[in-house]
Amino acid sequence: MTDDWKTYKPLLLPDLPGLTDIETYEKYEGYHALKTVLDNPDTWSPEEVVLQVKDANIRGRGGAGFNAGLKWSFMPPPDGKPRYLACNGDESEPGTFKDRKIFEFNPHLFIEGAIIAAYAIRAEQIYVYIRGEYRAWVRILQKAVDQAYQKGYLGKNILGADFNADMTLHMGAGAYICGEESSLMESLEGKRGYPRVKPPFPAQRGLWGRPTTINNIETLANVPLVIRNGSEWYRRIGAETHPGPILYGISGHINKPGVYEYPSGMSVHTLIHEVAGGIRKGKKLKALIPGGSSTPPLRADVLDGLTMDSDSLRKAGSMMGTAGMVILDEDTDMVDVVWRISHFYHHESCGQCTPCREGTGWLEKTLRKIRNGDGEMRDLDLLLAICNRMEGRTICALADAAAWPVRYSIERFRDEFEAKCKQTVYALS
Amino acid sequence: MAESFSFDGKDLEVIRKILSRYPHKEAAILPVLWYAQDKFGHTSPDVQHLVARTLDVPEAHIHGVVSFYTQFYEKPMGRHVLDVCTCLSCQVCGGYDMLSYIEDKLGIRAGETTPDGQFSLQSVECLGACGYAPMLQVTNKQYVNHLTPEKIDRLIDDLKAGIEPSFESMPPKQHEKDNRLS
Repeated sequence: MTDDWKTYKPLLLPDLPGLTDIETYEKYEGYHALKTVLDNPDTWSPEEVVLQVKDANIRGRGGAGFNAGLKWSFMPPPDGKPRYLACNGDESEPGTFKDRKIFEFNPHLFIEGAIIAAYAIRAEQIYVYIRGEYRAWVRILQKAVDQAYQKGYLGKNILGADFNADMTLHMGAGAYICGEESSLMESLEGKRGYPRVKPPFPAQRGLWGRPTTINNIETLANVPLVIRNGSEWYRRIGAETHPGPILYGISGHINKPGVYEYPSGMSVHTLIHEVAGGIRKGKKLKALIPGGSSTPPLRADVLDGLTMDSDSLRKAGSMMGTAGMVILDEDTDMVDVVWRISHFYHHESCGQCTPCREGTGWLEKTLRKIRNGDGEMRDLDLLLAICNRMEGRTICALADAAAWPVRYSIERFRDEFEAKCKQTVYALS
Repeated sequence: MAESFSFDGKDLEVIRKILSRYPHKEAAILPVLWYAQDKFGHTSPDVQHLVARTLDVPEAHIHGVVSFYTQFYEKPMGRHVLDVCTCLSCQVCGGYDMLSYIEDKLGIRAGETTPDGQFSLQSVECLGACGYAPMLQVTNKQYVNHLTPEKIDRLIDDLKAGIEPSFESMPPKQHEKDNRLS
C-alpha cells in the first residue's frame, strides 16, 4: 500500500514555501474546510463532523493512538456552560520533534483543524499548551493566530456563523509530565503538573471541572484533510487500521536525520535505509526505538517486514508511540542507553505515586551500577522485580513508560547486560 | 532582602491582558512567572512574592509551581545559560562529549556558573531537537543545532561579545530536491 512512497506528496508539510502566511495558505485551499463546515450547517452539523472524523479513524498522534473522532464523541451534550479544547503541543518524549514542524511550516493547518474540532465538540475556548523550550515556535504560531483573528477565522461569529472560538497559546516551563493530558490541564490551571485520577475523564470533568477534549497538534492538523476530501479518501492513505499521513521523526545513528512525512505503514527498512539514507558510517543496525523513548526497543533481527503502524509494531513487541524513531548502530552500548532513558524518567517523575517516584530512582541507580561496572547478575532480577511493582500501579502511564524500556531491553539484549555484570569482581554472586 | 522587585504600569497592563484569556486567575501564574523571569532574569523568592501579591494567590502556591518546572530559575543564573541536551538521541550522537568540551572550556561543571557570572551550564533532558543532535539551548531561547567544538567556540565568543544566536530553521529534508513547486 505504500509502494508508491517515492511519488507521495506531503499533505501536512507540503512542499510549498510561505505557508506560515495566511494568504499563501488560503491560496492552497486553506480554511476552505472550515468555510465548508460553517457555510453548510445543515450538512455539517457538529455531530456530522464528529462522525466523519470518527469514520476517518485518525489515530491520535501523541502516542496513545486513540481514534480522535471517538474521543470527541465522549463530550456530553452542551448545557450552556463553558467547554474546552486543549491542544497538546508539549512534545517532550525523547525522540519526538514533529509538532514543531507544523508550527514552523504549516501553522494554519493546525489552527484550522483546531477550530473545526472546537466546532464539533461545541467548545468556544481553545488552549494550545506548548512546551516552554519551544519559545521560538510559540512566536511563529502566535503570528499565525493573530492573522487568523484578523481574517475572522477566530473570534466572534466566525465567517458570519453562529459560532465563536478563541485561541490562547499557553507556554509550559519544562516538565515532561505535562504532556500527559490530565497533568496538562493541571498545568494550564496554574498548578504543579500532577496527573489526575481517572475517571472522571476529561470529557466529563476537564479544565476547571468542565468537559474538555485534549488532542495532539499533529492529530488536529489531519482534521482539515478529512473535511476537504472525505473520510473514505483518508482511510485509503497508508495502513488500513492506522490510516493517514505520519510525521516520522528519525534520529540517532542515521545519515539523514529529520522529520519525514509519508503514509502510515511504511516499511521500517525503507524509512531507515532509503528515506533517511542508511546507518551512519556504514555501520550495521543494532536496535530501533520505534516511537519515542517509552516504546520498547526492537532488535535489528526482528525488523524484516515490519511496518510503522500500531498492528505491525504491536505484533513485533513494541508500539507506534509518536513515530519518533531512534536508530542505534552496532557500536551502541544498550546498558548505557537504557540507563540514560531511566535517568530521564527519574528526573521527570512528578513524585505523586510511590511506585513511580521510588521505582524510577531504583531503576536508574541499579542501571548506573551495572553501567559503571559494579553490577551483579542478581541486579537484572532486581530490575525486573522493580518493573513488576511499577507497571499499572500508578495514576498515569509514566511508570509504565519508564519500566517498559528497561524490561524489554533486558529481555532482548540480555547478553549485553549479563556481559556487563560478569565484567565485575562480583561476577560469581 | 536588599533588592526589591516591582511591576510598573506597563507590566500590569500586560498582566491584565494575560488574565483576560482565562476564566480563573490562577491560570495566569505560568505566563506571569515567564513574564517576571524575562524582566528580572529569575523567579527567586522575592519575585515569587511579587507574583503572589500581584495575582493575589498564596505565595506557597507560587513557590510550589516555580519549584516544579525546571525552566524557572529559583536563584539568579549566569548572564547566559547553556542547556546542553544529553538525552537519548543527543546522548548517542555525542551530547556528553559536547558537555565535557564546554565544561573544560569554561572551567566549570554542569550545574555551575562561571565566577564572572557570564555563563551557567546545565545538562538537560530532551529538548525536542533529536534530528539535529547534539544541540543546546541558550537561556531558554534559541536552539543551537549540530554542535561541534568549533561551533561551540564561535557561540561562546559571540555570546561574550553580546551577540545572541539567531533562529536556525530546519526545513524538512524531504523537500531538498530540485523539484520544488514542480
